[in-house]
Amino acid sequence: MADAPGRLPDNIVYFGRALRRAGVPVGTAQILEALRAVKLVGFTKRQDFHTTLRAMIVTRPEHLLIFDQVFAMFWRDPDFLENMITNLLPVITAPAVEKPMKPAQNRAAEAMAAGGGKPRDLPPQELLEIDAQFSQSDVEKLLQKDFEAMTAMEIRQAEQAIRSLRLDLPQLAGRRYEPVARALRIDRRKTVQQARRNGGEILTLAKRRAKPRKLNLVVLCDISGSMTRYSRMMMHFVHSCAQARGSDWAAVHAFTFGTQLHNISPQLGIKDPDAALAAIGQHVQDWEGGTRISASLGAFNRDWARRVLSTPAVVLLISDGLERSGLAALDGEMSRLALQARELIWLNPLLRWEQFSPQAAGIKAMLPHVSSLVACHNLSSLEDLSDHLNGRRMIDHKARLLRLLE
Amino acid sequence: MLPIYGADIVQNLPQSIDATTALLASEGYLADRALSTLTFLSLSLNRPIFLEGEAGVGKTELAKVIANGLGRDLIRLQCYEGLDASSSVYEWNFAGQMLAMRNGAEQADIYSEKYLIKRALLQAVEPHPTGPPVLLIDEIDRTDAPFEAFLLEALSDFQVTVPELGVIKAPEPPIVILTSNRTREVHDALKRRCLYHWVDYPDFHREMDILRARLPEVNAHLSHEVVAFIQRLREEELFKRPGLAETLDWAKCLVALDVVALSPDVITDTIGAVLKYQDDIAKITGGPATRILEQIRQDMQAL
Repeated sequence: MADAPGRLPDNIVYFGRALRRAGVPVGTAQILEALRAVKLVGFTKRQDFHTTLRAMIVTRPEHLLIFDQVFAMFWRDPDFLENMITNLLPVITAPAVEKPMKPAQNRAAEAMAAGGGKPRDLPPQELLEIDAQFSQSDVEKLLQKDFEAMTAMEIRQAEQAIRSLRLDLPQLAGRRYEPVARALRIDRRKTVQQARRNGGEILTLAKRRAKPRKLNLVVLCDISGSMTRYSRMMMHFVHSCAQARGSDWAAVHAFTFGTQLHNISPQLGIKDPDAALAAIGQHVQDWEGGTRISASLGAFNRDWARRVLSTPAVVLLISDGLERSGLAALDGEMSRLALQARELIWLNPLLRWEQFSPQAAGIKAMLPHVSSLVACHNLSSLEDLSDHLNGRRMIDHKARLLRLLE
Repeated sequence: MLPIYGADIVQNLPQSIDATTALLASEGYLADRALSTLTFLSLSLNRPIFLEGEAGVGKTELAKVIANGLGRDLIRLQCYEGLDASSSVYEWNFAGQMLAMRNGAEQADIYSEKYLIKRALLQAVEPHPTGPPVLLIDEIDRTDAPFEAFLLEALSDFQVTVPELGVIKAPEPPIVILTSNRTREVHDALKRRCLYHWVDYPDFHREMDILRARLPEVNAHLSHEVVAFIQRLREEELFKRPGLAETLDWAKCLVALDVVALSPDVITDTIGAVLKYQDDIAKITGGPATRILEQIRQDMQAL
């Protein structure tokens, strides 16, 4: 780029750095390619220059807006942008610089102090105090809930126990094959190779079978006020599921809903559970607000279902089913969700009561559509979930509750 | 031994963004400036194009148009879950190999081109008499992550490996176009090797131009109504918003029925060409459709 006019190459490099700081991941190779492209297109029209850089740098639609804004600001006055970013985006820069290691340190310290007790011996009642917060349903409490503030010894221990839980997802025959000694399908390629060594004589038939693969997991977690005590626990559970996925390509997608639907899958990719939960807390705005189950499921069906349920998946719906506002549409949204999921499992903490009876209208509407209804109010019920998913032990309450409804 | 393409083939590539726009327009594809820029860059830098967007906005069409416009072969790889090397690159003709072995053929013979069944990716890296072909990898979001990982080799070096024969490298890189409906997020590693473009719904004037270019037989009044109606529908909260393909389909249906202007009845009868979900149809037909139509009429009179 030595023959390029003036300081343009330098500025493009600076532009890349500005983008990076604004949260768009830009690699050095992309910048180099962008320089080549700009050379080819020329630096005459602002719009062509804009499109060229965008095509070389942006890889996701959600980054388009950031790119356009940074572009507009940067190519007017690069210094101005530098100042703007330092002033405007404390959320991105400041906390990361101040105390990046804190959550992990906390836990490390606690792990040292705790010395590996038995969290499962806890009396479950300690965790499960319920607040009657139903009256909040219509008020959106846009609270930035600080997870760290909730510390109580029992909760921490239970969280640690949840982290060691492994969700054993069911498997189904994939569309790829692996060689095995005994199977029904013949591996023709290998058979030919073996026959060639024997002078064209087929002595054994090589076999292969469809390689089993795990189902994807999609979690929809209710975070409204009435679910507060459980949603945090469930977040730990979902995070440990997301981190535990092995090399068999099963994906975990998770969403939270209160008054709005939020995709928290990117945050679940953060290794450290406390950092991940903090990121979720920052991303999700309607923590402990009201519930709009039907509207949230509608948003999921419309915007996400085709993306995350296009490959067979188990859907875990974590909610107490206490819907007030959108009862009319709830039936339709639930049936659509059930049709798209391979299995729709409803985890309901209200099942902690022995004599629980599905009287709430929301629960009545949702119950017929789910494949099964499972409790999730204590650690042992979460442990049972793996067995339930694989059909080893049924802990389904659906049939019993449907009988109660009649 | 590999034929190097003559200067005439390499030189018929468009030399500027405007020339690219003209080339696409000559095939009836009205691209906006951004897409033309991208196409020009892709042809000049030999980089794959990654087009993402809703269904029916002309992603696949771009590949067909480029192939036609440049007179190249179009090779299409339709993706689906479980797509693997044997259905996308090559497969050995096992029955043929068996017979050859029974007849005492040597090892070299049974792994020769004679028994090689070539699939799309292998075809794309082979020399073609008309120049490097256009390779359309359609709906990449339908495959799974292992296939994406496999594509990385094919797309960054334009070569495929057949273990028994060795590496087969394209003499000139093919023009590669990947499309995705975004039913799933495609991995960044693959996107980074491509020029990315989000194909949006066209605005009113562009859609009018496209309709005029594609279906000149539709009268001006009807096409105005159709485009305005569809544009209005896209603002509704629908499960599947109608794309450009639906606009063209609908206009074709209306012409076939000798309709000269929209009416609520006509809309009810033909809405199946526009909306493909029962919920959406139930939501729009009747009152809402009539209301939208009245609004369009008012807007048209105001003009």
